[in-house]
Amino acid sequence: MTTEPANPWLSWSYVQDNWADISEALGQHITLTVQAVLIALCLALPLAVLAHGRPRVAGTVLGIAGILYTIPSLALFAVLAPFTGIGRTTVLIGLVAYALLVLVRNILVGLEGVDPEVRDAARGLGYGRARMLLRVELPNALPSVIVGIRLATVTTVALVTIGVVVGYGGLGQLMYRGFNSSYRAEIVTATLLTLAIALAADLLVMLLGRLATPWARTGRAA
Amino acid sequence: MSEGNILEQAFRWLNDPLNWQGPDGIVALTGEHLGMSAVAVLIAAVIALPLGVWLGHRRRGGTLTVVAANTSRALPTFALLLIFASTSIGFGNRPTVLAAAVFAIPPILTNAWTGMLEVDADTRDAARGMGMSAARSVALVELPLALPLIAAGLRTATVQVIATVPLAGLVGGGGLGPIIITGLATRRFGEVVAGGVLVALLCVLAETVLSIGQRLLTPGPVRALAKA
Repeated sequence: MTTEPANPWLSWSYVQDNWADISEALGQHITLTVQAVLIALCLALPLAVLAHGRPRVAGTVLGIAGILYTIPSLALFAVLAPFTGIGRTTVLIGLVAYALLVLVRNILVGLEGVDPEVRDAARGLGYGRARMLLRVELPNALPSVIVGIRLATVTTVALVTIGVVVGYGGLGQLMYRGFNSSYRAEIVTATLLTLAIALAADLLVMLLGRLATPWARTGRAA
Repeated sequence: MSEGNILEQAFRWLNDPLNWQGPDGIVALTGEHLGMSAVAVLIAAVIALPLGVWLGHRRRGGTLTVVAANTSRALPTFALLLIFASTSIGFGNRPTVLAAAVFAIPPILTNAWTGMLEVDADTRDAARGMGMSAARSVALVELPLALPLIAAGLRTATVQVIATVPLAGLVGGGGLGPIIITGLATRRFGEVVAGGVLVALLCVLAETVLSIGQRLLTPGPVRALAKA
């Protein structure tokens, strides 16, 4: 306690000495994020497709999603913990719940935003319900879907840290440990790494989105 | 521990009048929670509203608002809270209120900015053409038209803040958060569920009250405009 000045905000030696811990937390953070977004996407697509074209169902789904979204993450993890236990599953369920809301809303907006004339043209060409969805509506909704995935991913990266209350917070774990032992370098390193993951994930999804929508780059303005 | 058991515990805890009264009772803690949230939103509004209105009026600052919105999504409030609590700001309510305020700035800023930006250029020209000064045009014409979006931003920010303030429980602060944190630490899961439900209810309640307030505050003609 006497070595007050030796508590810097940034310290390279901290990173070197604790690389094992850091890489483990980093791995946990990334796998939790990827799993949560993928699971949420698998659930959100059919939900949005189901709600699409049925205003009453869409209204209900979005209403429930809106209410769920107002529930604080800490409270959600806390309420889940007694039933699903302290650990990874609880965090994952909470993360999926939040990502789901963002994704359903964006996919739905994308599907509803498809130009009616495009839809009419496809119907005129004899497209049935399923083929219309797969060949016309979903590709047209793709830009909005990608925006949704980017939003959900970045939000999830930040949200993982709260998982610390049930023992699975990824880099949040390091932040809280650093806080409890007033080790500033640990808090700041974990924070910067969280931001880095968010940034990298955002760029990655954006690039994947560009690859998936080659038409958006060329003839959009025309 | 069976599931019914925990719900029963939560129900019993919520039904115990002793848990509602006194300085550590639910009533007092809810009051503290709302007070902390109000201060956080106020700080954020004092910073973000004039800035957003001014930038929107001048039709500038698009990059700033986009950057603010994006970083806020990526930067964990939890990290900010711990960093604040590790400085001379200290433990307790103060770092929580500050972290929540930082978190609340982007929605207020972007909405105020968008609201002002979306005011019809012809309307602005008409106001100036009638001899209004820039300040009068902002106060009497542009602000009322931007009000629905500004109010929506404040609403989002408030609900987010109420949902964020429970993190105070992790740094020795007050409000409803400590019920959850203490419950987790002592493995009294009934209390954890009860605390979580209380916070969630408060969020839904705030959302409802504010949406009604927003409708009442929106000037009649603007409301009619939004419907058309």
